[in-house]
Amino acid sequence: MVDATHRAGGVIPPAEVPELELYHPKSWWTTYVFSQDAKVIAIQYAGTAMAIGLVALMLSWLIRLQLGFPGTFDFITPDAYYQFVTMHGMIMVIYLLTALFLGGFGNYLIPLMVGARDMVFPYANMLSYWIYLLAVLVLVASFFVPGGPTGAGWTLYPPQALLNGTPGGQELGIILMLVSLILFIIGFTMGGLNYVVTVLQGRTRGMTLMRMPLTVWGIFTATVMALLAFPALFVACVMMLFDRVLGTSFFMPALVEMGELTSHGGGSPILFQHLFWFFGHPEVYIVALPAFGIVSDLISTHARKNIFGYRMMVWAIVIIGALSFVVWAHHMYVSGMHPLFGFFFATTTLIIAVPTAIKVYNWILTLWRGDIHLTLPMLFALAFIVTFLNGGLTGLFLGNVVVDVPLSDTMFVVAHFHMVMGVAPILVIFGAIYHWYPKITGRMLNQQLGLFHFWVTFVGAYAIFFPMHYLGLVGAPRRYPELGGTAFIPESVADLNAFISITAFVVGFAQLVFLFNLIWSLRYGKEAGPNPWRATTLEWQTPTTPPPHGNWGDERPVVYRWAYDYSVPGAPQDFIPQNDPWPDKPLTRPA
Amino acid sequence: MSVVLVFLLVVIGFSFWWLSHQRIMSKPWLESGVHTAVPETDASGMATEKVALGVFLAVVGALFALFASAYFMRMEYSDWQAPPLPRILWLNTFVLMLASAAFSCAVRATRERHIALTRLALSAAGLGTLVFLAGQVTAWRELAAGGYFMDTNPANGFFYLMTGVHALHILGGLVALGRTTIRAWDPGAEPKRLTLGIELCAMYWHFLLLVWLGVFVLLEGWAGDLVTLCRQLLT
Ligand code: HEM
Ligand SMILES: [Cu+2]
Repeated sequence: MVDATHRAGGVIPPAEVPELELYHPKSWWTTYVFSQDAKVIAIQYAGTAMAIGLVALMLSWLIRLQLGFPGTFDFITPDAYYQFVTMHGMIMVIYLLTALFLGGFGNYLIPLMVGARDMVFPYANMLSYWIYLLAVLVLVASFFVPGGPTGAGWTLYPPQALLNGTPGGQELGIILMLVSLILFIIGFTMGGLNYVVTVLQGRTRGMTLMRMPLTVWGIFTATVMALLAFPALFVACVMMLFDRVLGTSFFMPALVEMGELTSHGGGSPILFQHLFWFFGHPEVYIVALPAFGIVSDLISTHARKNIFGYRMMVWAIVIIGALSFVVWAHHMYVSGMHPLFGFFFATTTLIIAVPTAIKVYNWILTLWRGDIHLTLPMLFALAFIVTFLNGGLTGLFLGNVVVDVPLSDTMFVVAHFHMVMGVAPILVIFGAIYHWYPKITGRMLNQQLGLFHFWVTFVGAYAIFFPMHYLGLVGAPRRYPELGGTAFIPESVADLNAFISITAFVVGFAQLVFLFNLIWSLRYGKEAGPNPWRATTLEWQTPTTPPPHGNWGDERPVVYRWAYDYSVPGAPQDFIPQNDPWPDKPLTRPA
Repeated sequence: MSVVLVFLLVVIGFSFWWLSHQRIMSKPWLESGVHTAVPETDASGMATEKVALGVFLAVVGALFALFASAYFMRMEYSDWQAPPLPRILWLNTFVLMLASAAFSCAVRATRERHIALTRLALSAAGLGTLVFLAGQVTAWRELAAGGYFMDTNPANGFFYLMTGVHALHILGGLVALGRTTIRAWDPGAEPKRLTLGIELCAMYWHFLLLVWLGVFVLLEGWAGDLVTLCRQLLT
């Protein structure tokens, strides 16, 4: 046998040095509030994200009230409607999904899955959360300032975002929005550096890159993308803030507003669109890649089969990450571009579908002849696959210029992006919570409530968003509070809108059941034990559940295999944990 | 957006080159057992702080590449009128170069455990940086005195914005430099930590010098000339 005490190149990775002292917090405050433990930070991130996500959910009810029953609710003025839509979109995309996947799951899972004791820079990690919280508070504050939050649409396009006619445009709303985004980006960068460097440097012995669970690959790649894409939003926000506060004209063209010439001149709104979508499209994959990774692990674990084509899955993640930086202008087909540009961006958009399709095939081939357990995480993972496929197919439609031009700014687009980046990632988040809740709390979530939650959410989401494709095809525009007497829109659209709205309330209610389940199971859930799903990855092999600060006992685990050894012929169990040397004897640490 | 695309191409190229050295062709499903846990990880032997700084600098690079992209796109519009650049910027550039050079000296000195020289070089670098910042403020005031305000022309706006963001990064670096300097004067400090601290500062300063040179070239208008030249060559 090879000499196991040999150290490659004489280098001791710094994270190998156990500094257990570091992991003994001194007081209640540093344990639960100003904690530097990635797991506590993860829960703080997730809690804050879900709280603000609840606000976005309630805003969607208000939107639906207006769309389903126009003219019934006096308090939903057109201005208020625009504010609801804007805040709903922005919160869902940035403050809920991005924060929950990277700040929440990233923080909880990366150190545990790669066998580290914590993130490499715990202090910066803690700061990251507190800046995120500040960003959320600034955002919430905009609801309470005179004029209310901005109503510019989540894309914040100038010039209208800064004009009088737009809610919050000449008041505080837009300023708070921009400040909040800038804070979010600063906070995220601190966290993001941690996630990336922990994966690069903090892995335990034997955990080579190609043995990392796909969850880690997904979050890692998404974080790298976010680190490179968020600066574009940062630049756009800073320049827009200057336009609004200091009177510059980066984006603001010369225009006449209410009979008066504004002080701006010559600026380029298209420049903003380029910057925004240079961030905006990668953002879709920043949300999708962690979902891809998590779903791969859920499917493999709950079908008791190794993931099909692990290498291909890793490559696909990386290639999607790189390609998604050269497709941004497919969001700008209607803003007037050179036809050759349109052709270029349509082509890159369609090319990205190839690695994405490979992933879908691989999930299905993983399921093929698997020992599928229809547990809650598995149900959500299956629901994700169909939903993502659905959204991906309409994406192929919209990626083509000629099809996009008539469909742009109709409800078809709303249907598409809700399927692909609204419903699909949210389903993964639910699946992931049902999967990892036992590790986080030591208890299982209630199965009956979970099944109720699953079926209402899954069927409901289709009932809400599927008909929107049709609405879009008949020409119902997006971002309109009321359709009024539009001649080409048939009567049935109003009925359909009412139906969608009622379903949306039901689905929203089911989310409250989920929240109740989260709290109720904390006390009354079934005891889970350390590894209820009999999974292979390291987080299930911690000596205590929930894992304490520092994660591992005296010694970090040693990894002997990849993350997907399920149903290995001849093995004593139908899974072999990553730190199990079967059929060898474990290594002993050199004295 | 061409500047940022070129920048991204470099980052992605580097990442792929790095990945290609990470045994991405291995077949993890075939390897298991004790002998595979022996080269403990493929984590690099480089100090974690250096890796982190490297990643951070990529983010800073993306930020400035985006500013440059925006600059080029905005420049095309007819109202663009570049302000005359204050002469003092040349001096500032020179001073920042000196500070960078001082950091190189400091790195060499601390590696040789030459503590007196290390302290001298660190002080020189700190001083040079402060002079640079003071020089930048002077440049701002000169421009403002000449009537070139932020809102009079987008070119002026870009000038204040880019020099300002660059100065903010330098200020952040000064915090790190302050901590390292304190350590250099602390007789109980561990020499390895000190060396690492100085190396990190040096890396950061060299990078910010590079960024400044880029910004300077852009603001001077040479970059625009270069682009026109390239275009003429191409057509
Ligand atoms: C309960 C679930 C949800 C419902 C009922 C819902 C409903 C709606 C409706 C009716 C609109 C306005 C369409 C219009 O322009 O007229 C909208 C916009 C939007 N939603 Fe959702 N949504 C939900 C969840 C989500 C999620 C999870 C996301 C995360 C990606 C999301 C992202 C957006 C975005 C980005 C917009 C566009 C905002 C804008 O036009 O500025 N939504 N949603
Ligand atoms: Cu896109």
